[in-house]
Amino acid sequence: MIADEKYEFKAQTKTKLFILAAVGLLLMVAGIFMVNSGGHEEHHASTEISKSLTASLAPQEAGHQEVAAAEHHGSPVWLKKIYASLWQNSIFYTGIGIIGLFFVAIQYAAQAGWSAPIKRVPLAMGSWIPVAGIFMVVLWFVAKGDIFHWTHHDLFDKSSKSYDAVIEGKGGFFYWPLAAGSFPLFFFIRMVAFFGLWYLFYVWIKREMLAEDINGGTAHWLTARKYSAIFLVIFAVSSSIAAWDWVMSIDTHWFSTMFGWYIFASWWLSGLAAITIFVVHLKSAGYLKLVNANHLHDLGKFVFAFSIFWTYIWFGQFLLIWYANIPEETIYFISQMRNAPYSWIFYVSLFMNFVLPFLLLMTRDSKRHISMLKLVCPIVLIGQWFNFYNMVTPGVMQHNGGIGFLEIGVSLVFLAVFLFVVLNALSKIQLVAKHHPFMEESLNHHI
Amino acid sequence: MQSNKNFVVGIFDDEDVLLDAVEKIRGNGVRIDEVYSPFPVHGLDEALGYRRTRLPIASFMFGITGTILALFTQTWMLGYDWPMDIGGKNHASLPPFIPVTFEFTVLCASFGIVITFLIVSNMKPYSWPRSYDIRSTDDKHVMAIDLAHNKLSKDEIGRLLKDSGASEVNEKNF
Repeated sequence: MIADEKYEFKAQTKTKLFILAAVGLLLMVAGIFMVNSGGHEEHHASTEISKSLTASLAPQEAGHQEVAAAEHHGSPVWLKKIYASLWQNSIFYTGIGIIGLFFVAIQYAAQAGWSAPIKRVPLAMGSWIPVAGIFMVVLWFVAKGDIFHWTHHDLFDKSSKSYDAVIEGKGGFFYWPLAAGSFPLFFFIRMVAFFGLWYLFYVWIKREMLAEDINGGTAHWLTARKYSAIFLVIFAVSSSIAAWDWVMSIDTHWFSTMFGWYIFASWWLSGLAAITIFVVHLKSAGYLKLVNANHLHDLGKFVFAFSIFWTYIWFGQFLLIWYANIPEETIYFISQMRNAPYSWIFYVSLFMNFVLPFLLLMTRDSKRHISMLKLVCPIVLIGQWFNFYNMVTPGVMQHNGGIGFLEIGVSLVFLAVFLFVVLNALSKIQLVAKHHPFMEESLNHHI
Repeated sequence: MQSNKNFVVGIFDDEDVLLDAVEKIRGNGVRIDEVYSPFPVHGLDEALGYRRTRLPIASFMFGITGTILALFTQTWMLGYDWPMDIGGKNHASLPPFIPVTFEFTVLCASFGIVITFLIVSNMKPYSWPRSYDIRSTDDKHVMAIDLAHNKLSKDEIGRLLKDSGASEVNEKNF
């Protein structure tokens, strides 16, 4: 019989999160001033480089892009920076939230026993889904002109100077059934539908898990498994399309058939690291008494294995583009590897997502010790944050990117809000399932 | 093969009895040479007080040998010994070497630990592992105790085995 255990969301913790958010806001404001005071000269000089780079790489399209770059200056640099940063964090934390639900669904579909005492942690992470959905839809309406090049209607106007045949060819994917250049209804419906479906399955699976605490038996577990199986099928398709919609379409001309997988791998690795961080910190705060070194070992193995998986997908995408050397594909990596604000992030991301976790989590003991997991999982999460930064920012900011106070500030605010929502959700449910059918198996879990 | 070794061999029918017996016999200061079982018995390693295997370290060493060898070979072949123009790339460039390096690392690590395992388990070619009781491959757990390693007499150990639940106690000489 499992005793009642609840996470207590202390006022002290809340104060800490408010301070974190306040520090983030301060850094953000400082960052805005820094961009406004010193950024202008650099901005114009770098636009020249950007033009010459695009001209040399894609001569047949250079004419369009030059005009487009001149015409779509859009918002001032500081505002564009905020939009890009908000969009990047929005994608990053949406991923962590949805992976919470995905992890729970995997456990049901695989009939896994070991994870029984920790499943409430990823479930609480799923509470971020509705917040993320509302935020992303609002942000999209506010910032779409600055983030998504394809939202400009003159790209689809044959009489306009900035008419772009390549983007017109992709128009239907965004604008169907309306005319290209009007309102991207198909895109918008997908965004709402994905968040709606994810939230729906979150509610259903959560309902079964909580009902099990009261009623016991195996009926709730079986129902949750049914929902999980359906959700996994939906998620397989929706995560891929979401990756094209929300991230790949920023670089509208560019495409990669690996991209759906790549975003999934990045989300999955970030989510696993986040679950592990939550579990080890709850454990060292005195909660989750049923969790022992064997459960930590499994979580460590997950992070270790999927850090290698992420690298495999990353390399699968890189190698093909490198070998084929087709200009419209290589420009994506050239813009990251050869440009000052992005090149160090490109290499640091590989180092933090592959080399460090690979070496640090290799031995059995390192996966079983809280202190090592507390060291490696934040490295992976920050590495993934860099990874998402390089996926979103180069396409939005071109040469005006770069991580400064503004980006760090926005991320700290996001982190504080995310932690607040998740910890709040966690404090409202039983921390450990009371009548989980596999609890006994999990307590005797031994590896 | 060493000769003139005397063993007391206890036969156990049940793995729970076996686990208790291992603890009891070791508690009496008797050194158990080896336990053979037809299937993996959970917790037997801990009960016998075995140290963890060092096979992963060997595996890492074999793997890193493969990594270095693969990188060196490819760089030397394609960069110096016989440079070839492949799609206008540099002769010695890292990305196309990665898949081969990865595969060779896995190959070296896996072959290396399998061969190491066979050698340390005395299953290398032309060596015949001892069989204390052929039924350990069927349905019996077999515990071998080397008399040379123990102060207690043959009879005392036999009695101890019987008391701990052994269904038979035999003797075996090699």
